[in-house]
Amino acid sequence: MSDIQTSTSHGHAPVAHFDTKPIWRTFWILLGITMVELVLATIHLKTGFPPKYVLNGIYLILTCAKAFYIIAEFMHLRHELKNLIMTIGITSLLFVWFIIAFLYEGNSYRNLRNRYDRHHAEQSQVKAPAEEPAAKKPGSPE
Amino acid sequence: MAQAVPAGQKWWSGGKSPFNVEYGKLMMWYFLMSDAFTFGAFLISYGSIRFASNGWPDPNEVFRSFPGMGETHLPLVFVSLMTFILIMSSVTMVLAVAAGHNNDQKAVTKWMILTIIGGFAFLGCQAWEWTHLHGEGAWWGRNPFPNADGSVASTNFTNFFFTITGFHGFHVFSGVIINCIMLIKNIRGDFAKRGHYLMIEKAGLYWHFVDLVWVFVFTCFYLL
Repeated sequence: MSDIQTSTSHGHAPVAHFDTKPIWRTFWILLGITMVELVLATIHLKTGFPPKYVLNGIYLILTCAKAFYIIAEFMHLRHELKNLIMTIGITSLLFVWFIIAFLYEGNSYRNLRNRYDRHHAEQSQVKAPAEEPAAKKPGSPE
Repeated sequence: MAQAVPAGQKWWSGGKSPFNVEYGKLMMWYFLMSDAFTFGAFLISYGSIRFASNGWPDPNEVFRSFPGMGETHLPLVFVSLMTFILIMSSVTMVLAVAAGHNNDQKAVTKWMILTIIGGFAFLGCQAWEWTHLHGEGAWWGRNPFPNADGSVASTNFTNFFFTITGFHGFHVFSGVIINCIMLIKNIRGDFAKRGHYLMIEKAGLYWHFVDLVWVFVFTCFYLL
C-alpha cells in the first residue's frame, strides 16, 4: 500500500489553511432552508394554502438542496477530485430509478386493489371511533 | 481538501491513487454509499406502502407535543429543535476537521466535545419522543392514530416510524461512540504523534452522513 502516493500532504508539509468561512455560510443556508420549510408548513396548517401536493414538491426540492450542501461542503466532496465525485455521484443515480419505480408500483397496487377488492375499498372508508387519539382501539393489545 | 495538483495529471496511469484520497477515507465513502442504499431501501419501502394505502395519519396530529407543554398543540416545533441540534453538531464536527487540518490539537478536543454533546442531546430528544409516543399507545404493531380522513389506520405508520427513526438513532448512537473514541485518541495525542488528523475526517464523514439521513427522515415523516 505504502508505495501508492496521494499528493495530500499528511501534515508533514505545511497544510493549506482550512477555511472556516464556507462552513458557517453552509450552516446558515441549511438553517434558512429548514426555516422556510417550517414557515410553509405552518402557513399551510393555518390557511390551507399552498395546496399539499405543491407543498410536497417544494419540500422535496428543498430537501435535495440541503442534501447537496451537506455532501458538497460538510463532507467536502465538492473539493475532491472529479474521479471521486463521479464514483459517488453516478452510483447515486440508481436512486432516481429506485424512487420512481417503487412509488409507481405502490400507487398501481392501491388502484388495482380498490378496483378488484371492493371489501378493502369499503373497509378503508370506515371511520375510526370518535375518541381522543390517545384512546386505545378496540381489540388492540395491552 | 483542496490540493495543489498539477493540471493534466494522468490519474489512471498507475503509481498513484486515482481518487487522491487516503485508502481508509475512500473506503468510508464506499461504506456510506452502501449505508445510503440501506436507508434508501427503508425510506422507499415506506413511500411505496404509503402510496399503496388509502389513508395515512396526519403527522401534524401525531407529532404535536413538546416536553413540558402538556396538551398544547405544537406541531413541528420539537422536531425542528432536533433538526437544529443535529445541524449544529454537524457544524462543530467540520470545525473539528478544520482544526485537525491546522494541526491544532486543543481546538480539535474542544469541537469534538461539543459534537458529542450535540449527539447526546439529539439522542435525548429522540428518547423523549419515543417515550411520549409509547405513552400514547403507539409502538411496533399498534397504532392509536386514525388516518387524516378519520378512517381506521393500519399499523404500517408506527412500524415504519419506529423502525426507521430507530435505525437512524442507532447510527447516531454509534456515531457518538466513534466520536468519543476519537476524542480520547486526540487527548492522548495519538494524532499529534502521527502528524495528521485523517481519523477525525473519517469520523466526520460518518457523522455528516447521519445528519444527511436525518434531513430525509425529517422530510418523509414530519413534512410530507
